[in-house]
Amino acid sequence: MSKLTFARAINAGLRKSLENDPKVVLMGEDIGSLGGVFRVTDGLQKDFGKHRVIDSPLAESGIIGTAVGLAYRGYRPVCEIQFDGFIYPAFDQIVSQVAKMHYRTQGRVKMPITIRVPFGGGIGSPEHHSESPEAYFTHTSGLRVVAVSNPQDAYTMIQQAIASDDPVLYFEPKRRYHDKGDVDESLDLSTALPLDRAAVVNAGTDVTLVAYGPLVKTAKDAAMAAADEGISVEVIDLRSLAPVDYPVVEASVRKTGRLVITHEAGQSGGLGAEIAASITERCFHYLESAPVRITGFDVPYPYSKLEMHHLPDLDRILDGVDRALGRPNSLSGLEG
Amino acid sequence: MLTDQAGKGVHQGTPGPGQSAPNPLRTGGNLLQLVSPEGDRISHPEFDVWVKDIGDEQLCSLYEDMTVIRRIDAEATALQRQGELALWPPLLGQEAAQIGSSRSLRDDDFVFPSYRESGVAYVRGAHLSEIARVWRGNASYGWDPQRINLATPQIIIGSQSLHATGYAMGVQLDGASTAVLAYFGDGATSEGDVNEAMVFAASYQAPVVFFCQNNHWAISEPVRIQSHVQLADRPTGFGIPSMRVDGNDVMAVMAATRVALDRARKGGGPTFIEAVTYRMGPHTTADDPTRYRDPNELEDWAAKDPILRLHKLLEAKGLLTEDVAARVKAKADAVAAELRSSCIDMPDPQPLDVFNHVYSTPNSWIERQKDHYSRYLNSFNQPVEEGAL
Repeated sequence: MSKLTFARAINAGLRKSLENDPKVVLMGEDIGSLGGVFRVTDGLQKDFGKHRVIDSPLAESGIIGTAVGLAYRGYRPVCEIQFDGFIYPAFDQIVSQVAKMHYRTQGRVKMPITIRVPFGGGIGSPEHHSESPEAYFTHTSGLRVVAVSNPQDAYTMIQQAIASDDPVLYFEPKRRYHDKGDVDESLDLSTALPLDRAAVVNAGTDVTLVAYGPLVKTAKDAAMAAADEGISVEVIDLRSLAPVDYPVVEASVRKTGRLVITHEAGQSGGLGAEIAASITERCFHYLESAPVRITGFDVPYPYSKLEMHHLPDLDRILDGVDRALGRPNSLSGLEG
Repeated sequence: MLTDQAGKGVHQGTPGPGQSAPNPLRTGGNLLQLVSPEGDRISHPEFDVWVKDIGDEQLCSLYEDMTVIRRIDAEATALQRQGELALWPPLLGQEAAQIGSSRSLRDDDFVFPSYRESGVAYVRGAHLSEIARVWRGNASYGWDPQRINLATPQIIIGSQSLHATGYAMGVQLDGASTAVLAYFGDGATSEGDVNEAMVFAASYQAPVVFFCQNNHWAISEPVRIQSHVQLADRPTGFGIPSMRVDGNDVMAVMAATRVALDRARKGGGPTFIEAVTYRMGPHTTADDPTRYRDPNELEDWAAKDPILRLHKLLEAKGLLTEDVAARVKAKADAVAAELRSSCIDMPDPQPLDVFNHVYSTPNSWIERQKDHYSRYLNSFNQPVEEGAL
């Protein structure tokens, strides 16, 4: 067991994948000698060579499109998109090619491509550096979408993503890159929690709080604060956003009868909407109150002096917990 | 410096300061032509050597392939008109471009086509039913790409140029001598992906050939809307040598493609070929070119017909004997009949097939929807109980 930052944990996972499978190649902008703008690939080009850790031209569609060709040839490309807001030039290749090739060829051509995307806000950046575009991809059939919340998962899940024969969008919470955590590097992938499973990270009985990526830490902090008031919050780290591990969420809601979902992405058409609808369909009669969404607003990601208003924080989440419980809250009297 | 079989003429160099990029593969703005529209063989000091093995028998064989794919095209168009195919993208007029290029490939080369390369698929060994089934709506792919080293038809314009480049990067990593060829059209040269593909191919000197069939029309848009310069002038800005060839001259197409493939195999990097041809038919069977195209233009190009030209060459050489003509006709008839029967006899997919192969591993969302839809379908087989309504 070692203490690693989030970024080093991903780095260690990438290193292990490069060591274990000669077909794994890394591609992206500035990932070579610089080690990526967040240093996630630090040292990998030096150790594995320029042919396996490839500095690519500044063309996101080109990165993903050539990765499709490499996958056709039997490679397992791991592409880094430098920032969430830079992924859109690659959108066509991801949606029309990466996601559909397996279906198009009825399994003859696999697309074992991992697309790493630093996502989310909270780092005081200018426009395009703080977005949460995951719902575009969870809506796209053929992709697996995961968001990691802690160094151990970051280490394990990057390897699982690379080993997956299906394409995986791997969202990394960039504001947590420097958080440290215990990482068991001897963990056997075959016995680790599968890539498409959610985890209960704080057991509770009164309210189910679903989070993923950067907000898992916030959700756990909120659960601790709620405990001080005698409220028992069960926190679920979704881990997999597509598919969502509904049995885990459902089991929790059947127990608590109340559901709060939080994400940084805007509310309308977001993952929270999908989870609220699905849980309502699956266990309507167990719900004591309407599902609550605590999310970013339906605005472009704001300039950084305002981002703390946009991002769900501990207090907004607790306000949502109060709504779910029917306790006095900021919207008391408004809801019917 | 790259040496070719002739040991002259085909090479690349790095420009010095103040020099414009040399492009010795360019043919001086003129079309490379080895057979004139009148069927006369035109000798060329640099390119003849690349087709010196094309003797009488080979010429007849090229003629046969071109005739057969024109027949496939006509039969498929008829099948669409009869409601047996949902859509068909005709290749009429592009037979020399498709046969000349695909007949230059080795089996281990890998090809990334657009949606119009049915002639290439035929040469690569796709079954006729495999060529038809995408357009009948029975599948979204034709053949097994790994069986005949031909990617499945690509409908997003220009997308496959990046796939070809990535595949070629993989070939480099493998240290293989395989070459990769991407087909696309004049319209695709405006797409970002084609331009990004040229950036990547040049940066990594990937063994890829960009084979652009300039058929002059992107649905209703003439090529002048795509480019202010000749298409063959574009790749030079990326440092990629290019050739502009008469795409209706199967010999010229073969020579140019062989030069480019050879460069790729020998580590010479990417090459761009503009095969100047003409889409004599509509964009697809859903299109109506009379709304946007001058009929005189079609007439002009009909005089440059790729099959007619080879026909004239063969006649002049005395090769088009009754035997040969009968053999080619019989082959085309047989292929057309097989295309028709295999199309009409194709089994329909089953309803639950809609869920298959979305992922290569089990997926809880898909499985649930499949289960629910299966129950829904089964509900039609349940007897309605008395009083249930």
